[in-house]
Amino acid sequence: MSRNRLKTHTGAAIDFTFNGRAYQGIAGDTLASALLANGVDVVGRSFKYARPRGIFGHGAEEPNGIIQLGSGAGTIPNLKATQVELYQGLEASSVNGWPSVNFDVMGIIGAFGRLMPPGFYYKTFMYPKKLWMTYEHFIRKAAGLGATPVEADPDRYDKLHQHCDVLVVGAGPTGLVAAREAARTGARVIIADEQSEFGGSLLASKQTIDGLQAPAWVAGLVAELRAYSNVQLLPRSTVFGYYDHNFLTILERCTDHLGLTSEYAVRQRMHRVRATQVVLATGAFERPLVFAHNDIPGVMLASAVSTYVNRYGVAPGNKLVLFTTNDNAYQSALDWHHSGREVVAVIDSRSNPSGAIVAVVKALGIEVIDGHGLIEAQGNKRVKRALIAPINQAGTEVTGAVRPLNCDLIACSGGWSPAVHLSSHTGAKPIWDESIVGFRPGDSKQQERSAGACRGTFDLSGCLAEGARAGADAAKLSGQGEGNIQFSACTVEEYQEQPQQALFLVPHSKSTSRAPSQFVDFQLDVSASAIELAVREGFESVEHVKRYTALGFGTDQGKLGNINGMAILANALDQSIAETGTTIFRPSYTPTTFGAIAGRDVNDLFDPERYTAMHRWHVEKGAEFENVGQWKRPWYFPLKGEALQDAVNREGLAVRKSVGILDATTLGKIDIQGPDAAEFITRIYTNSYLKLAPGKCRYGVMLKEDGMIFDDGVCACLGDNHYLMFTTTGGAAGVLAWLELWQQTEWPELQVYFTSVTDHWTTATVTGPNARKVIAKVCSDIDLSNDAFGFMDWRDGTVAGVKARIFRISFTGELSYEVNVPAHYGRHIWEALIAAGEEFNITPYGTETMHVLRAEKGFIIVGQDTDGSMTPADMNMDWVVGKNKTFSFIGERSLQRSDSLRENRKQLVGLKTLQGKDVLPEGAQVVFDAKQSIPMSMQGHVTSSYYSANLGHSIALAVVKGGHSRLGQIVHCPLADGRTIAAEIVSSVFYDPKGERQHV
Amino acid sequence: MLLIHCPHCQEHRDEEEFSYGGEAHIVRPLEPEALNDQEWGDYLFFRTNSRGIHHEMWYHAIGCRRYFNATRNTVTYEILETYKTGTQPRVTGDSL
Repeated sequence: MSRNRLKTHTGAAIDFTFNGRAYQGIAGDTLASALLANGVDVVGRSFKYARPRGIFGHGAEEPNGIIQLGSGAGTIPNLKATQVELYQGLEASSVNGWPSVNFDVMGIIGAFGRLMPPGFYYKTFMYPKKLWMTYEHFIRKAAGLGATPVEADPDRYDKLHQHCDVLVVGAGPTGLVAAREAARTGARVIIADEQSEFGGSLLASKQTIDGLQAPAWVAGLVAELRAYSNVQLLPRSTVFGYYDHNFLTILERCTDHLGLTSEYAVRQRMHRVRATQVVLATGAFERPLVFAHNDIPGVMLASAVSTYVNRYGVAPGNKLVLFTTNDNAYQSALDWHHSGREVVAVIDSRSNPSGAIVAVVKALGIEVIDGHGLIEAQGNKRVKRALIAPINQAGTEVTGAVRPLNCDLIACSGGWSPAVHLSSHTGAKPIWDESIVGFRPGDSKQQERSAGACRGTFDLSGCLAEGARAGADAAKLSGQGEGNIQFSACTVEEYQEQPQQALFLVPHSKSTSRAPSQFVDFQLDVSASAIELAVREGFESVEHVKRYTALGFGTDQGKLGNINGMAILANALDQSIAETGTTIFRPSYTPTTFGAIAGRDVNDLFDPERYTAMHRWHVEKGAEFENVGQWKRPWYFPLKGEALQDAVNREGLAVRKSVGILDATTLGKIDIQGPDAAEFITRIYTNSYLKLAPGKCRYGVMLKEDGMIFDDGVCACLGDNHYLMFTTTGGAAGVLAWLELWQQTEWPELQVYFTSVTDHWTTATVTGPNARKVIAKVCSDIDLSNDAFGFMDWRDGTVAGVKARIFRISFTGELSYEVNVPAHYGRHIWEALIAAGEEFNITPYGTETMHVLRAEKGFIIVGQDTDGSMTPADMNMDWVVGKNKTFSFIGERSLQRSDSLRENRKQLVGLKTLQGKDVLPEGAQVVFDAKQSIPMSMQGHVTSSYYSANLGHSIALAVVKGGHSRLGQIVHCPLADGRTIAAEIVSSVFYDPKGERQHV
Repeated sequence: MLLIHCPHCQEHRDEEEFSYGGEAHIVRPLEPEALNDQEWGDYLFFRTNSRGIHHEMWYHAIGCRRYFNATRNTVTYEILETYKTGTQPRVTGDSL
C-alpha cells in the first residue's frame, strides 16, 4: 500500500514508471492521484525560474503536472497528469526539468530570479539578431516544452461527422439533468465529458441527492440515459472548439487510457458536430489564492484535496492548513478530517464567518482563525509551514504579528471561476459579476445557453434546476417537446452559504515588489509583482499585459491564473475589473493532437491523385512524373543512364526531326451546347466564334473583366450549337465556374449549357514531320491530305478501330494530330500509335520537352508567362483580340483603361544569353544597368527558361518594361550566387518564325 | 464552418461544398464603352465592404453547380436568407 493511500480505498494494482522510477497505483487512478499516493512531491520544474512544482489541481486546470506520455512514435507531449488515466506499464516523464526534476541546472538561474523580469526575453535575447536562433534553442531545451515524436505516427485516427438536436457539453450534475430532459422529448442528444466517468464534481462529493450518495445517484442517471436510443454518451471526450453556425469539435480519446497501439483500433476520434442547440454545462474552476511562495509542492486547490481524498482515496499529506475566502472550501477541511488526518487550522480571510458549515467545522474541534491571511508558505521541495497574520477587512494590509503554523499541506480557495471558454469561442464577451466574484458568459451569439456553475450558479440544487430548464428549452427550440420539465426537482442536502470575500492578492508584511514571489500563473512563472511592473512600464491593455508578462500563455491557457491576474492588473491601474476586462479564450480548450485533426487524411488519402488511362504504360517505361494540380503527368522518359537534360534534348530533337507523342489527356475539356452557345463563347473569348463552322477550331484567350489574361486554349465547333472548349490543365475547374457565373448571373436569357468532359476523353498528341504517316497507318476513313484536313481543322473518324476525334492543333509548331478517344480506350490507342510510329522512331515525351518546344515557338503558358497582370497586348498577342465584335466581350473595355495603354508596361520578349550555354534561372530579375548600386531598378523578370537542343543555345521568355520597343538591347540578370548574366532582347519566337511547319 | 442553405437543392449543406462569389447585385453596364475610366473602375474594383448586412453570391461548386445569393451579417456570420439569382432579398440593411 502506498503511503498516502487511505486504507478504505482499494483496487487492482497497476505498475507504472515516472521519470524512470517504478511505482504502483490502483485501478481508477489518474497519473496525478497515483503520484500523490506514492508521495511524489516534485513533478516538474517551472518554466522560467525552474522552481520545483507539485500537483496543484485535479483536472484541466492543472498547471504543474505537465508530462510526456509514452516513448517512441506514439509519445504525446504536454499532457496533464491529472487527466491521464493510469494503465499497466504506463511510462511518463516531466516535460520541464532538464536534466532531472530534482537537480536542475536552471535552478541556478532560478536563484537569480530577480534578474528575470517580465519581458526578459524581449529585453535580453533580441540582440544581436543573428544569435536569436541560438538563444531560442537553449531556451526551449531548458524550459522543456516536451518532445514531439520523430517517427511517423503508427496509430489510426478517425473523424466522424454528426448532427444532433441538442449537444450537452459536460456531464456533471447540470449536464446530466439537461441531457435527461432533452432525451425524453425524443430529441437526438449527444452528451460529452472530458473525464473517464460521467458525474463531474459529484464523483468526489459526499452530498446526497434524493437520499442517494452522489456517485450512486450519478450511476442511476447514467444508466437511465443509456437506455435512450436517441442519446449518445461520450466519455473521455473534450469539446474543444465552438465555431460558426453551431459547429463544434469533440476529441474522443478511445484507447489512450489502455496504452495500446493497434493498427485496427482507433486511438482518437474527432467528432465534427453540427448541433441545432447546445447546452454548455462546463462547470467552474476553483481559483487559487496568491500568497508568497504559493507554488511550493504541497500547496493545492481545496477542491483538489477533496477530490483526491473522496474519489481516489489519496491523502496527499498529513497536516492540512486550509486557507479560504468562502464557505464552500470548508468542505475540504471536513473531508480531510474524516479521512483521519489532522486539520491544523482553517484560515478565513473574512471576519466572523457565520455560515452553517463553519459551525460544523468548529463543532469538530477544528480551529478556525478568522480575519487572517496565509501570507507565505515556507519549505523547499515540500511545504513545512505556513505564515499567517491578521489582515484588514479590505484584504489589502497585514495588520498584526505574523506567526507560523507547522503543516505539510496547504489547501487554498479564492472562490470559483466559471469555465466560460466555449461561450467565449462564439464571440460572446464574458461579463464581470461582483455577486459571484467572477466572469459570467456574455449574451449568446449562437444557439446555446450556459447552465450551472459555468453560468455562476454554484449551489447544487440551483445547478440541477438550471440544467433541467436548459435541457427542456434546448429541446423545444430544436423542435422537440413543449419546453416543460418532466422530472420533479431533486432533494439535495446542502449548506446555506454566506458571501465570499473578493481577495485576489493576499497582502504580505513586505510590499508586493519586496515580498517573496506571489505566483499568479504557475506554468509561466508570472508573479503579482511582474504584473505591477508591467503597469509601471506603461502597459494598460489587458491583452498587452498578457503578451508582455506571458500571463495565461501556457498550455493551461490561464484557467487558474487569469482572473487573479486581471484583478491585480485592475488594482494597479486603479480601475474596476469590469473596466479592465478579460482576454479572449480561443480554441482549443485543451491541447489537441495533430493526429486527430488529420484523421485519415494522411499518406495516400491526403490528396487524390489523378491518373490518365495510359498511366501504367508511362510507369512501365520508367517515366519520371510531375504534379500538375492533382494530375500525375509524365515529366520525361529517361533511357538508361540519362539525366533530365539528356532526355529532354533527345525528346525535343526527335519531335522536330521525326515524330513524338505526348499524353495530353489532362487538358481541361468543357462540352458546350445550346442555341446561344456561339454568342456566349464569343462574349467570353477575346475573338469571335460566330462564324466558326463545324469541323473548325480556333485558339482563344479569356480575360477577366479587368482585361488580364485568365486562361487560353482551343475551342472547336463540333456541330450546330455544339462546341468543345479546351482549357489549361490547372484552370479547368475555374473556367467552368467562370462560364456558369456569367451565364447564370448576367445572361440567363442565353440558352447554353456546360459539362466538364475532361475525364471522358483520352488525348494522345502525335507531332512532328512524320506525324501524318503515323496517323495514316491507323486511320483509313479520314482524308489526311493538307487540303482536305488542314491546320486548325478537326475530323471524326476511326483510329485503330475506335471512334475518335482528331484535332489538327499544335503546341509544338510542328505538324500535329491530337487524337481523342473515349477515356477507357486510352491505352489501346496509345499502344497502337506507338506501334505505328515504330518505323519513324516515335518518341514519347513529357511535360518538360513540351515546355521547351512551345517556348522555342514563343507560345505562352498562362500562369507561368502571365501572372494575372498581363493583357494580350503585353503578350504581343493583339492578333487574338477581335476588333469588330458587336458585343463588348469580357475585359474589352478594360483594355482601353489608361493603365492598360500605359507605355512601359511589362511586355513579353525573348532573351538570348550572350553565352549560349548559360541558362537563366526562371524568376531572375532583369536590370538595364549592371553597375547600378543596390537597390537596383528592376525592369522585369524571366518567366520561362530552357536549353534548346534544336537551337543549340539557351532560350528564355521574359517580361520587360517597354520590352517590345527594346529589341536588340542588352539587359542583365544579377543572380543570387553573385554572377550577372547578360542577354539580348530578341523576338519571343525563336524557331520557325513564320510558322510554316505546322501548316504542311 | 458555415452551414448554407442552397435554394436550388433546398438543403442545408456544409460550407466546404461552396465557394464564395463576391458581392451580389452588381450589374454589368450594358454599354461599357460609354463609361469613362473612373465609372468603369467603380464597376470593376469598388465594393461596399459592409459591416453588417451584406448580399453576396455563393456557388454550389460541389453540388448543383448553381450560383445563388445570400444575405449574411458580416459581423456575426449569420446567414439570414439565401435566394435565387435574379430575385431580390427580403432582408436588407434598411429592414433591420
